Amino acid sequence: MSSLTLYPEEEKLQRGERAVFNLYMVSALVLFLLFMLLGLTMRMTQADWTDVSATLFYRIMTMHGAGMVGTMSLASTAVMWFFLRKYVHLHLWAFLTNYVLFLLGALCLLWSVFMGGFASAWTFLYPLPVRSMGLWSINTAALFMVGYLLIGVGLLIFYLDAAAAIIRRYGNLGRALGLRWLFGGDIDPEHPKAVVASTMVIIANSLGVLAGAVVLVMCLINAYDPQVALNALVVKNLIYWFGHMIINATIYASVIAVYELLPRYTRKPYGISRPFLWSWSLSCVFVIIVFPHHLLMDYAEPRWMLVMGQLVSYAAGFPVFLVTAYGVLTNIYRSNIRWKMPSMLAVLALFGWAAGIVPAIIDGTIRVNHVMHNTQWVPGHFHFYLLLGVLPMILTLLYHVSGGHRQAARNSGIDKGSLALYVIGGIAFCLAFLDAGRMSVPRRFAIHLPEWLPYDKAGSIAAILVILCMLTFAARVIGGLLKAPVAGDTGGASQHVDPPNMAG
Amino acid sequence: MIFQNAIWTVSLIGMGLVALGFLYVILQAGKPADDAASGKAQRTSAMLQRWLFLALLALGIGVSYTTLRHFPIPLQHSPLQAAQVVDVVGHQWTWDVSKTQLKMGVPVEFRVTSDDVNHGFAIYAPDGRIVIQTQAMPGFTNKVLYTFDKPGTYKIVCLEYCGVAHTAMMSEFTVVDDGGRS
Repeated sequence: MSSLTLYPEEEKLQRGERAVFNLYMVSALVLFLLFMLLGLTMRMTQADWTDVSATLFYRIMTMHGAGMVGTMSLASTAVMWFFLRKYVHLHLWAFLTNYVLFLLGALCLLWSVFMGGFASAWTFLYPLPVRSMGLWSINTAALFMVGYLLIGVGLLIFYLDAAAAIIRRYGNLGRALGLRWLFGGDIDPEHPKAVVASTMVIIANSLGVLAGAVVLVMCLINAYDPQVALNALVVKNLIYWFGHMIINATIYASVIAVYELLPRYTRKPYGISRPFLWSWSLSCVFVIIVFPHHLLMDYAEPRWMLVMGQLVSYAAGFPVFLVTAYGVLTNIYRSNIRWKMPSMLAVLALFGWAAGIVPAIIDGTIRVNHVMHNTQWVPGHFHFYLLLGVLPMILTLLYHVSGGHRQAARNSGIDKGSLALYVIGGIAFCLAFLDAGRMSVPRRFAIHLPEWLPYDKAGSIAAILVILCMLTFAARVIGGLLKAPVAGDTGGASQHVDPPNMAG
Repeated sequence: MIFQNAIWTVSLIGMGLVALGFLYVILQAGKPADDAASGKAQRTSAMLQRWLFLALLALGIGVSYTTLRHFPIPLQHSPLQAAQVVDVVGHQWTWDVSKTQLKMGVPVEFRVTSDDVNHGFAIYAPDGRIVIQTQAMPGFTNKVLYTFDKPGTYKIVCLEYCGVAHTAMMSEFTVVDDGGRS
């Protein structure tokens, strides 16, 4: 069970660990801001408020997508590492290697897009990367794919180290997931939720990353030897398997911060249970097999896969609504919670995740997909659970850790005011997308018709608000992270929280 | 009701219910509870969770049955027997469409493919809303079966990003009624 101590001793970052963790998180915050600015540029171009050529627009779009997915993955890996290292022995070199390979991969992506002109969207659907109509070279496309491969290899190295550590401690991955308690037996109340969630992420995302690696190598071979022709549908399946997994893994890894930290602010135990174990085991299966819901408009796809895409989309909502979101609500209900930035962000995160998947699940219906696929409905729902779900999960940990040197999470009026504006801006930003989807406004269009501009303008204003708030969060958190522990401070030593209902 | 508006309404209701649930609990979160109140809350919560599970299960099964009973995608490997057939080929960045005038109320089979990259074949009604779509893929022919119930000028818009001039990849056809009016 996770600790109720606000800053437990076993969570203390050693000097080397602190340096690597800060590298991850400071880089992630800076990159989030950079890629948000790219997103804003796209919205303002669509709103006809800035003059960006279609050529540049699609480069920006490619970088925004690839960059955001990569950065989410980077930051959520750091969240998972931060908590998992308390329960199993992780090697710092593996964590650092992932960071170095991410940076090298990111450099490849940046060079390929902004120097080589690559603009095939982050999904690099075959055969567009090798059919640029003269806008970029084969070498540029290959550099982009090598960038992805480097990022993927980094993740796999981290996962292999984490999997080995979990197996050393628990015997096998099934025991770490708690499979032995699904149908009976006394559940070990000390079995950490962080281990269950990390194991699920390792299993599912390793498969996704491997699928990505396979398809990237296939595309690289085809790029230099077109005689090795590829089946476009098989390639698309592998790409969406990879793409769906890597972005979903960020949610499942980041939610560990909520499991671990929220009980410390509610001062109420948040124990492990059979429904919890069922939900994570089922989520592991669902998240691996749900990817065909991205291919519902590929009529050549086998029918059973399309049906599976719809049904598993529905089923995947159960663990989120009934176990994770419901569990969080139960934990905070009449808990006399201390409303600090980490606890507020944690609750926001679960709201963002639970509310954001409503339009996502609805879009997983084939009949709905007929009219919503590739409209702005799609960025509407994924921005909802990324902007109001995953990012707040990551910020939950960062706000908590950044106050570690003084044993209290940062919690000023600036922070709270920014959070309120962030919620308003974030919801408005996503609703502008969703409402545009209702009006059949296509996604990934550089130029918009006059009747679509009001949605773009509303989205742009909301995006500016979100970015200003994010700038405040980043400045506050980075300031806290970089502050060295004060003399005599244990750098995160234990501070026991008063038992429930005895403190104000 | 326009289908997209119905989807929007259902989504807003769903998201609104989630928001209400969170708001209710957030408003209660600052209050302390003694052991008796905690125990009661736990029992109520467990019961509510079971009912919620059953309600969502029933909803999921009901919606799945309703939306999949008549599978919304026609069989791809057998003749569709439609009275009107249109061959559509996507290219970077144009559409080749074999027929540009279609009859209202008579089923149309669109045979959609691509000779280069992935495209998205979406038909926009005169009111600017999508009525149906599929992917145009190299090496595959996706068959769409649709019966137009309103005359007018319909647009074909590419909905799968296909390169720098993706936005310009549009075409048109007309649907005429029995009297030949569009």
